[in-house]
Amino acid sequence: MKKEKGVSVTLISRKKLESFSTDEKIDYIIKEVSKGKILVLENGLTPVEQSALIQQTMAKIDHDTFIGIEMEGYADVENDGNMLRKILNKIFGVIKKPRMTVIGPANLLKTVYKDNNVIQTMIITGKGAK
Amino acid sequence: MGVLERFRITRFALWIQRVFGKRHARIGIYGPPNVGKTTLANRMLMDWAGETIGTVSEIPHETRRAKWKSNVKIENGSSSLVIDIVDTPGIATKVDYKEFIEQYGLDPDEAKRRAKEATEGVIEAIRWLESIDGVVLVMDSTENPFTQVNVTILGNLEARNLPVIIAANKIDLEKSSPATLKSAFPQHPVVPISALTGYNLDNLYTTMVKHFGKRRRKRK
Repeated sequence: MKKEKGVSVTLISRKKLESFSTDEKIDYIIKEVSKGKILVLENGLTPVEQSALIQQTMAKIDHDTFIGIEMEGYADVENDGNMLRKILNKIFGVIKKPRMTVIGPANLLKTVYKDNNVIQTMIITGKGAK
Repeated sequence: MGVLERFRITRFALWIQRVFGKRHARIGIYGPPNVGKTTLANRMLMDWAGETIGTVSEIPHETRRAKWKSNVKIENGSSSLVIDIVDTPGIATKVDYKEFIEQYGLDPDEAKRRAKEATEGVIEAIRWLESIDGVVLVMDSTENPFTQVNVTILGNLEARNLPVIIAANKIDLEKSSPATLKSAFPQHPVVPISALTGYNLDNLYTTMVKHFGKRRRKRK
């Protein structure tokens, strides 16, 4: 099939993400993003996974072909300042769950705006997936 | 030693003891690039040790290796304690050497070297999370705080159950909005400061005492 020019945006389901180990997940993300693809994860990465991804991204940076990643996700539910929720979480030990996250190559994906409820990004055309 | 200085040292010593319950703690200064981490580290070290720890620059990633000052002696009345202050490289998800050329006029070789060292610095900063006892997380109060780097750092500190204070830096600038940081991270204490001028540093230490003292009582 002839390849079309454009930017590839891949939505990854929670089920697929949960089938990966942490290492597999990070390897998959790095591999896809370094090829110029943008990923939207239904279930984002935990903070520890995020920092591992940042470390591996730094190790993979190549001045001319890969300058790193743009990554944005919603904050954990507990971070909304709701005192009742925080108390319930303390009592029942609710585990923080990562939320929807968009990840792409930094030369292609730019964050325009972000707050607790909105993530607005821009795709820089002309440098998409090969 | 002046009365104010003696008060600050005593309050800080009490904070250390309340937070860590031990006499030797390692405090990391964390944050994204160019938020004033080294300026704050220098200011703190001038307060407690009469010296500085690193150079500052408007060019991002000036600090590319973690630097620390060990065995900073804090006097507390007739007793004393010792801390290590660790100034970490800025954490980022991308490093583009072309920005150093286009925005700051570095020559290509220097820009590439700086970028390479910056990537190593980010890795080192994250590794240091394993070795610290508490964090002062520095944010630029003139910028949008909802960045993934801020969220990632805070999430890691929470996951590791490390005590954290957010220093809303650069309030000497007209555009600063520490209130935005407070509303963005209501679960953590946010203290507006100017590391450059030293403004409100006393309040930073006082807030540390109140916040961490309360946390410790809750755990009992």
